[in-house]
Amino acid sequence: MSRAADAAATPAPATTADPKRRGAAERGRGRQPKPPLSERARSERRLGIMLAAPAFVVMMAVTVYPILQAFYDSLFSYRLTAPDEREFIGLANYGVLFTDPVFWRDLGVTVLITVVTVAVELVLGFLLALVMHNAVRSLRGLLRTAILVPYGTITVVSAFAWFFAFDINTGFVNSWLPLVEDSFNWFGSAAPALAVIMISEIWKTTPFISLLLLSGLAQVPGELTEAARVDGGTRWEVMRRVVLPNMKAAIMVAVLFRALDAFRIFDNVFIMTNGAYGTEVLSLLAYRTSIGRLEIGMGSAISVVLFLCVIGIAVIAIRGFKVDLTSSGKGS
Amino acid sequence: MATIELKNLVKKYDDGFPAVNDVSLDIADGEFVILVGPSGCGKSTLLRMIVGLEDITAGDLLIDGTRVNEVAPRDRNLAMVFQNYALYPHLTVYENIAFPMKLSKNRLSEEETDERVRRASAMLGLDEHLDRKPGNLSGGQRQRVAMGRAIVREADAFLFDELLSNLDAKLRGQMRTQIAQLQRQLGITSVYVTHDQTEAMTLGDRVAVLKKGRLQQVASPRELYEQPVNLFVAGFIGSPSMNFLPAREVDGALQTPLGSLSAPETVIAAARGRDLVLLGIRPEHFEDREFVDEALLPHGTELTATPSHTEWLGNEQYGYLDYEKNPQVGEVLQELAQDLDQDEIPPQVVVTLNSASRIRGGSEATLWVDTRKVHVFDVSTGENLTRDEDKGAELTRQATEDREREIQRAAEVDS
Amino acid sequence: MKGLTGKQKLAWIGITVVVLLWALGPLISIFMTSFKASGDLTTGRFLPTEFVLTNYQEIFAGSAQELFLPALRNSIGITLIATAIAVVLATFCAYAIARLDFPGKRLVLVSALGVSMFPVISIVTPLFNLWRTIGLYDTWPGLIIPYLSLTLPISIYTLAAYFQQIPWDLERAAQVDGATSFEAFRKVIVPLAMPGVFTTAIIAFFIAWNDFVYGISLTSTAAARPVPAALAFFTGASQFEEPTGAISAAAIIVTIPIIIIVVLFQRQIVSGLTQGAVKG
Repeated sequence: MSRAADAAATPAPATTADPKRRGAAERGRGRQPKPPLSERARSERRLGIMLAAPAFVVMMAVTVYPILQAFYDSLFSYRLTAPDEREFIGLANYGVLFTDPVFWRDLGVTVLITVVTVAVELVLGFLLALVMHNAVRSLRGLLRTAILVPYGTITVVSAFAWFFAFDINTGFVNSWLPLVEDSFNWFGSAAPALAVIMISEIWKTTPFISLLLLSGLAQVPGELTEAARVDGGTRWEVMRRVVLPNMKAAIMVAVLFRALDAFRIFDNVFIMTNGAYGTEVLSLLAYRTSIGRLEIGMGSAISVVLFLCVIGIAVIAIRGFKVDLTSSGKGS
Repeated sequence: MATIELKNLVKKYDDGFPAVNDVSLDIADGEFVILVGPSGCGKSTLLRMIVGLEDITAGDLLIDGTRVNEVAPRDRNLAMVFQNYALYPHLTVYENIAFPMKLSKNRLSEEETDERVRRASAMLGLDEHLDRKPGNLSGGQRQRVAMGRAIVREADAFLFDELLSNLDAKLRGQMRTQIAQLQRQLGITSVYVTHDQTEAMTLGDRVAVLKKGRLQQVASPRELYEQPVNLFVAGFIGSPSMNFLPAREVDGALQTPLGSLSAPETVIAAARGRDLVLLGIRPEHFEDREFVDEALLPHGTELTATPSHTEWLGNEQYGYLDYEKNPQVGEVLQELAQDLDQDEIPPQVVVTLNSASRIRGGSEATLWVDTRKVHVFDVSTGENLTRDEDKGAELTRQATEDREREIQRAAEVDS
Repeated sequence: MKGLTGKQKLAWIGITVVVLLWALGPLISIFMTSFKASGDLTTGRFLPTEFVLTNYQEIFAGSAQELFLPALRNSIGITLIATAIAVVLATFCAYAIARLDFPGKRLVLVSALGVSMFPVISIVTPLFNLWRTIGLYDTWPGLIIPYLSLTLPISIYTLAAYFQQIPWDLERAAQVDGATSFEAFRKVIVPLAMPGVFTTAIIAFFIAWNDFVYGISLTSTAAARPVPAALAFFTGASQFEEPTGAISAAAIIVTIPIIIIVVLFQRQIVSGLTQGAVKG
């Protein structure tokens, strides 16, 4: 898939069946120009484009168009409740946003949730991956099935399950935990509420990270670890010096995807606190502003900022940590 | 049945690198031609150009006299057996063999299909495996299924791509025999790609040796062995490889690192007037002086040398003679090594000795060389200066005659 | 568990129990809650004092029925349609990526990756606005279309990985055997890719089934609101009653298909998820 091949997309006018042309090719052998595309190569291109186009168009239509629209809308003061007062105000929405302490608090909460959940999930996920990797055959299926249950469970269901368990009225956790009074309200202040939100998030998404790490583990050649063991490494040394460095790529991919996912957290917060007591996240702020209060202009501005944050994380990860997402060279 | 003609075929990739460069070759009806060469020589590309899986950049490909450059693979009526057999894993052996007849292109009635599958399976001894999936078959069985799929097509020619390279040595020998017999039996034009010169020598009526996309020599195995056109062919054909010694003509003898060797006038003449040549001697043309028939002695020359070590293999043994490197031929030998896909050609002569010989490493030995069979190569072009074209052509003519006779005999048995 | 010492056996049993408790605990907990009578909800106990089915009656026949049943219908319908469309489009696209040489291949791959990272909430506002204008708000297509942006990227990556596992030579062999491109695709590639297509469908189904943001933002009535969104709108049987029991029962109902799929197709899901990720 060299770029040169792409550039030669223009169809060649003559076919190689033309004897004059062939003669010319023979005379100029060694320095003739790039061979024209054969009929087969051209029909392959056509077919490829035809097959790939529908999916591509749909993906672009539901993402690129709306984000451009959001950027455009963000330049207006625009409420659906008063559509006639729509007015171009340039970047004023962003100005308001960046001076609003609520925005900064929500950003802080979002970052906190992202960092904590990804860190915990990485450790938990790795442990689970190790368990699955080393489990005897008879247990492997059972463990994997169990792990997939949280993966498949609807986030909202997870949120309700954890909420009901911790809630002061319906919960039973307080009576189980030794140092917690029965009357303790987990959802009465930011810290404990965020803790429960993060537990639910971690429960639901650790399986995914764990499966990614499992495939990374499986790709470390058994010979390597055996050689390291023979060389006298302890289990921990083998893990740290041989296994982990060799699955760095899998770890980075897992962290990147999970970080982006965690940054978009919405469902758990919406269900458990709906943003009360300083637990609001950026997604919820955007939702509340545009869908709740119908302030399309400001809501769009928040959406754009959120989008830019995600781009930023991805760019930092891919550039800074050299997460290679396309190295496997699809299709070659 | 068909003839296949390759006329100045060229295959260039996007980067302009010619994988196949100006290859011309006529394959006669019913002939078994081998394309052989080290990896990357373009042999598989050439095969795929013939079958139509690879576009032809320039030149013409004719099947039975018709130009087929632009014809799709499905319309060329050739059958190909792939390196990994390319058996359809979701189909049974029966369905795999029947697959070509289930396609719109060459659909046949159920009865006819069944009859052909049964015939092929009987020929290949697959009867008891027809209901199994390829995943449950051994390597040899899989290969027979792949052959079966080719046979039922009643294609114009068979193309084989590195077929035996996945099998172990013993099975490879058996399959080789089977393929050769089948080809004779069916009398079908066949082109077979391999990197293994042993396979090439045992299977082919004619062998085409390729290097870096260029055809070096097309000839019967014997001609390749006895009258190679150049250093590359000489080095590629034969095992262990031919020894190459820097040599210089001095007073009617050849001055070599092993000492001065007398040789027939044709050999001396080839080296005369040149500063330096490469003398090519196959290991099997050496012998322990003790084991040489008196009658043979005058056809060669004696020399004394001290082998560094010997290897005993049962039916014969190898002795190794080290010599001082000659920087003047270092470059050409390094290039040859690269062409042959080897790390280097060490300054060492391998000699084949009778298994009863008591020559051992470290002590001086008297050896004998059959100088009728040595060749002299030009250092810069690699050309064989002692090649006897008439003799070579005669060898290939004989091979062709042998083949025709065999096919005729097979036809008589059939009728 | 043969070949392990008694100590190892014990350790593995212990580990398995811990993993099972962690993975299934929350669902068991909400499962128990779904059987609690309304007076039983606030006892602070894990198990119900008495197993009752009133909550299930409530969502299937009682006052929550109007909210739950249409939502269940919407969820099933929308998710299945979105999954089917995503799998078909992704199969074409992935086949092209894995097998054909065409300009813009990299662009398709990179955009799929980009779309998979996209923050859903960012496009909800403009879609909300647009859907209201063109009449897709609160309709099935209004959810199916954005669901494709969630399901297509991973489907493409997973399927491309499957297609790449099918040896090239099989198609070439079919071509030489006389098959047209379409015959080669239909008789060789499709049968071999079926397991991959099936796995992809499961993963796409999970993703669409899980959606909450689109569901709550782009719908307003029972016409299109899916279950996760509907759960947020549950109210108690009376104004003073918490909807906890009904929500729990509804949550269990929508989790049952997940459990069944996971138990039946554990192996395929794991290989699908890891392949798409590793190869992608």
